Parts: sequence; structure tokens; C-alpha cells
Amino acid sequence: MGIVDVLRHSFWISWKDLVDLWRNRMALVMLILMPLFMMVMVGYIFPNESTLEGSPIGLANNDDGPLGAAFAQQLSLVAEQTGMMELTDRDGFDDIKEGILEGELFGGVIIPQDFSANVLSNGTQGTIELITDQSNPQMSLTLEGVLAQVIDNLGTQNATLMVKLGLNVSLEDAFTIVKPYAVESRGLVPGNPSYFDFIAPGIMAMTVMMSVMTGLPHAISYEKEFGTLDGMMVAPINRMAIVLGKTLAQTAMGLIQGLLVLALAILIFGVTIQGNFLLVLLLLILGVFSFVGLGIVITSFAKDEQTASMVLMTLMFPMMFLSGVFFPIQQMPVFMQYIAWSLPLTYATSALRKVMVLGADIPSIGTEIIILLVFGVVLLAIAVPLFKRAMKM
Amino acid sequence: MDENAIVTKDLTKRFKDLVAVDHVNINVKKGEIFGLLGPNGAGKTTMIRMLCTLTYPTEGTATVGGYDIVKEDGKVRELIGLVSEKMIMYDRLTAYENLKLFGKLYNIPKATLDERINHLLKLVHMEKWTKSQIGTFSTGMKQRINVIRALLNVPEILYLDEPTLGLDPQSTSEIREFIKKLNEENDTTIILTTHQMLEADMLCDRVGIIDKGKIVALDTPANLKRMVAGGNVTSVDVNVTNLTPEMTAALKDMRNSISVVQEGESHLLIRASGDDAFDDIVDTIRQRNGKIASIKSLEPSLEDVFLHITGKEMRAEVTKKVKTYDGGHGPGSRPARRGR
Repeated sequence: MGIVDVLRHSFWISWKDLVDLWRNRMALVMLILMPLFMMVMVGYIFPNESTLEGSPIGLANNDDGPLGAAFAQQLSLVAEQTGMMELTDRDGFDDIKEGILEGELFGGVIIPQDFSANVLSNGTQGTIELITDQSNPQMSLTLEGVLAQVIDNLGTQNATLMVKLGLNVSLEDAFTIVKPYAVESRGLVPGNPSYFDFIAPGIMAMTVMMSVMTGLPHAISYEKEFGTLDGMMVAPINRMAIVLGKTLAQTAMGLIQGLLVLALAILIFGVTIQGNFLLVLLLLILGVFSFVGLGIVITSFAKDEQTASMVLMTLMFPMMFLSGVFFPIQQMPVFMQYIAWSLPLTYATSALRKVMVLGADIPSIGTEIIILLVFGVVLLAIAVPLFKRAMKM
Repeated sequence: MDENAIVTKDLTKRFKDLVAVDHVNINVKKGEIFGLLGPNGAGKTTMIRMLCTLTYPTEGTATVGGYDIVKEDGKVRELIGLVSEKMIMYDRLTAYENLKLFGKLYNIPKATLDERINHLLKLVHMEKWTKSQIGTFSTGMKQRINVIRALLNVPEILYLDEPTLGLDPQSTSEIREFIKKLNEENDTTIILTTHQMLEADMLCDRVGIIDKGKIVALDTPANLKRMVAGGNVTSVDVNVTNLTPEMTAALKDMRNSISVVQEGESHLLIRASGDDAFDDIVDTIRQRNGKIASIKSLEPSLEDVFLHITGKEMRAEVTKKVKTYDGGHGPGSRPARRGR
């Protein structure tokens, strides 16, 4: 039985699966909706600065002096210009706290009573208090960053003015004296990659590989339960043609989903592909190859569809979160990093990200490619005998 | 040339603590219809699955068409066709697409395959439904496609695992006739499992009765029945509209009478021996001016055989053993299936 026969038989088996899917309208709709939900969900779930549009912030000016009023005025100006905040007048800490508890405010700014006095006569810093909502750390963090920057800018402005007047120099010179150092970050590629640029490659890799890993055991155990698998098993075909056929069909579905993710990322979230598109496709297929063995192992062990689904769920979640799809691996504790480095998805994500975000070519992702190939070969070497044995029980 | 299509040698299959098939030794001759008869769970399906290379025997072996079912499973697969208890069809594919898919798995060239599909569809009168999805078919229609699916590779040996289970009477009888025709015209060896005595009786050249994984009897249906009856016995159910106690007494006194049982007001169940038994019964009634409304032959059925051999009934409810062509079960009476 030659390899040509195996390929021909697997082609017909995948043809059958795809025709079946095409006529199953509900499944087809879900196939398209899944990546859509995925992308929109992760796209909007994480806060960024644009989330801060019109955030209600309480402002309590308890200072009697001129600086407090000036500060409050400048803050209102910033709020008005950027549209990030909507300031409301509050009495003090208790009032702001109440506002946060009732959900009216996201945070607060308090100008203390002795603010002007401290700066003007006591010779100490004027302290501005930021009230943050600890139950919403993400939001607090972003808010804190923005407000701290606003306050810092206000301080710089004041200092620059004072230096200009005191030393009688130009505004530029005064600014250089106050802020002598500047930071400018420069990426490897032009432009400013957003969180989407970071996350889109990972989601693509994940969608395609998950589709195969969940789809394969499901597709085979389903046919086993319905008895239709017997029809293929009783035909004089290589058992691997069945697995290959199913894998081809699942890969096609996975690629469709992955490309949908990509299309959404490009059209809605402005993601760009810096590298070669064909290389992106190749990496996705390589990712599938590295995963197929795992799918077959699960198929071989799972007696029925339900067991297969349960095993898959258990494996899928850690993989989703540990493979650096959503969070960079370097952020994780060391032992978690070890787990991450033992998952094929990690390498697929990393390679895809390099190609899509940084425009890498094959030599620079050589390591990832080799590791993915090794994963694929090793897992298949374990899976094939297991599968052959399981089909004969 | 070996005249046996299938030879099993101590064929055994164990599932953990259950022995599904227990040291079975049978020979199935080429061109015969061999019945495997037994209640649900007797081991019929496991037997078929082993002979189809779908599962390995735990012990013993078998050859199919001269090939070993374990060592030469690829060769065996080329010779066989399988109609299993669960239909091997994809609901969202059309009849033609289903047949094409399986034909492709047997490497049948396109022209031959098309020709064969059309021919087979005509044979089961389904040519009108070629382009309809299987999911829209009735169970009977599905089973017709399912049966011809197993014939695409023109198998020498065809396995039919409960082929009429859950079918309506009309489909049941059509499928039965088709099986018979196939065997006569193509000389296809057929292994048929059933839990219906009637079906085995109608179709099979020889029947193996299987109980708890063991073959407990194996012979032609006629011989099996003779074994129970113990000779040339006629059993009839006579409906005499003006039945009198005198008539009943006369029948009991008949020289070849074995037993006479009255059922209801006008029915008599009579068993008598000898070649003239039927005539004698009719004569005895007519001589006493009995008006015979109907006579039904109550041949000892294979159910009696099963009862006789195993000492238990095959089904909880054994009704009158009337020979009719309505052996099908409605969908409601579908017995629980074993998931193996």
C-alpha cells in the first residue's frame, strides 16, 4: 500500500468531512463566530489609555491658597483637552470614597489644605493625593499613570516658568534646565505596535492548533460512537489515512479560522504583517503538525466523545494561558516559564510574532521551526502505535 | 481450492471479566448463507467484528477466504463487505456521495464505480434518490443504501449484522429478498446475524445458535427443527366455527394424534405425527360436519429449538409461532443494543 494510496484515501476522507461541515449551517456559523468572538473579546477586554475616555474623577480642592486653585484649573484644562477625565467637585476623602463605592467615580484627586502654604512659605513640596480604587487594580494603575504624568507636567510647567523668570533665559533653555534628559524609544520596525500586534499572532496560532487538537479527537470519537468509523476501518486502507484525512479537514477549518482572525486584526484593529504572509501560513501549518500527535494520543485514550472533551478542556486552558499568547512568558515566575517552554504553542506563537511584528525571515526563527518539527515527530512517533492499538480493541 | 469461506479455530474474545465469544469452531462454506442466531448479548456482533478484522481475538484464530484475520487483515478486508448494526452512512452526504466515498476507499476506478453505483441503486429501487441527502431518508431507505454500500467492492463474503432491525415490514421483506437474490445470483457467501428465528429460518442454509458466546447447535434450519420435534410432526392451529367437545375428543382419539389443546371457543392447537397427519386432522373434523374457517401451520420454529437447547426463551414474550412474513419489529420495540 503506497503513500499515494494513503494520500488519496485521506483526501476523500477529508473531502467527506468538509462537505459535511459545509452543509451543517450551524457548525459553519460557529466556525466563523468563534474567532470573531475571540478577537473582539481579547481586543476590548484589556484596558488601555483610550479606555480612560471620560472617566469620572472626583476633585477636592481643600487648599485656600492660589496654587491649589491654579492646579485645579490646569487639571480641568487637561481633562477638557484630552477628554480622558470628567472632573466633578468633591469635598474630601470621605466624599470621594463614597463616590467610588457607589460606582460614580473611578478615582479621585485631593489638593490638601496646606498645599499653597507648603510650596510658597514652608519650603516643602506640595503633595497631591491620588485616591485609587483597589478593587480594580488595572484601572487604578492606568489612572495613576495618567494622573501622575499630568501632575508631573504641571510641576514642570511651573518650574520652567520660574526658571525663565529667575534666570531670564528663553523658555526652551529653561525647560532644558528643568528637564535635562529625555527618553525616546525606538522599536525594531517603524511604527508603534499595539497590544493587538502583540496578541494577534498568538491568537492565530492558538485558534489553528486548538481547532486541530480539539477537532481531531472529537471527529474520530464521534464517528466511533456512531459506528461510521467501522466503514473506514473495514476498508483495505492504511489506518493512518483515516487520521491524516481527519487532520487535513481539521487543518483546513483551523486555517480558515486563523485567517479570519488575521483579517479581523488587520481590518478592525489595524494590525500589520511586517514579514512574509506565506511564512505566516507555513508557521501555522507547522504548528498544526507539532500538535497533531497530541490530538491522536488523546483520541487513542478517550473511549468516547465525552471523555475526549474532558481531557481536552483540562489540557487546553493551561496551554492557552501559559504559551505567551496573552501575557509575555518573561513576566511569569521561573517554574511557570519552564512549563511554558515545554509547550509547542509557545514556539509557534513566538515565531509568528517575530514574523508578523518584527518582519523576521526563516533564519531568525530557525530555532522555533526546528523545535516545532521535533515536537511533531516525537509526538507522532508516540501517537501512531497507540492509535493503531486503540483502534483494534 | 478450499471450499470453506470461513474457518474459525477456538475463536475467543474476552472483555475484562466477560467472555463474549468462547472458543468457537465453525466452518462456513463458500456460497452459503450462514446464520448466527442468538439473543442480544450472545456474542454475535463480537464474532462478526473479529471476522471483519475490526477487533482482534483474545485467543484462537480464524481465516476468511483463506487469509488469517490477524496476520493478513489487509487481504481479508479486500474480500469482505459489512452491514453492521449501526448504519455506516453520513447523513449530510447524498446517497451518491456516500457510495462514492466508500468506493474511493476501495480504489475502484471512476467509470467502474459510477456504473456499479447506478446498477446497485437500481437493484434496490433507489435510483430516484441518488442526489438526496441520506438524513432525509426513512430508516428503510437508509438501510437499502447501507446494504449496497457494502457491495461496492463486490465482496466474496458479506457480513450482515441484524440487517432488518428496526425496519418496517415492507423494507424487511425487500431486504430479505435482496439478500437471497444476491446469494443466488452472485454466489456471495453471507454471514447473517439475527435474533429473529423467522429470519434465520427463511434465509439461512445453516444456522449456528449462539448463547453466552458458545455455539450450542449448528445445522440446517430443517434439521434443527426436526431435532426438537423428534421426527415428522405436523402442528396446526385450526379454527372450527362450530366446534363441539365431540370433535375435540375425536381428534384426541386419532391414531397419530400427539396433543390437542383448545384455545378460546373455536381454536384447536393440534400436533400429530406421520405423513398423513394433516389429511387426518381435516378428515376427522369434516366427518363431524365441522366448518373449518382457517388452518395455520404451526411448524416447530427455531424459537422452539432455542428453547429446547438452552432451556430458556429467546424473548420474554413468545407469541404464537405463526409463520407470517411480518417478522419486522416496529421502531418502538427496538431492543437495547450492546455498545461493542
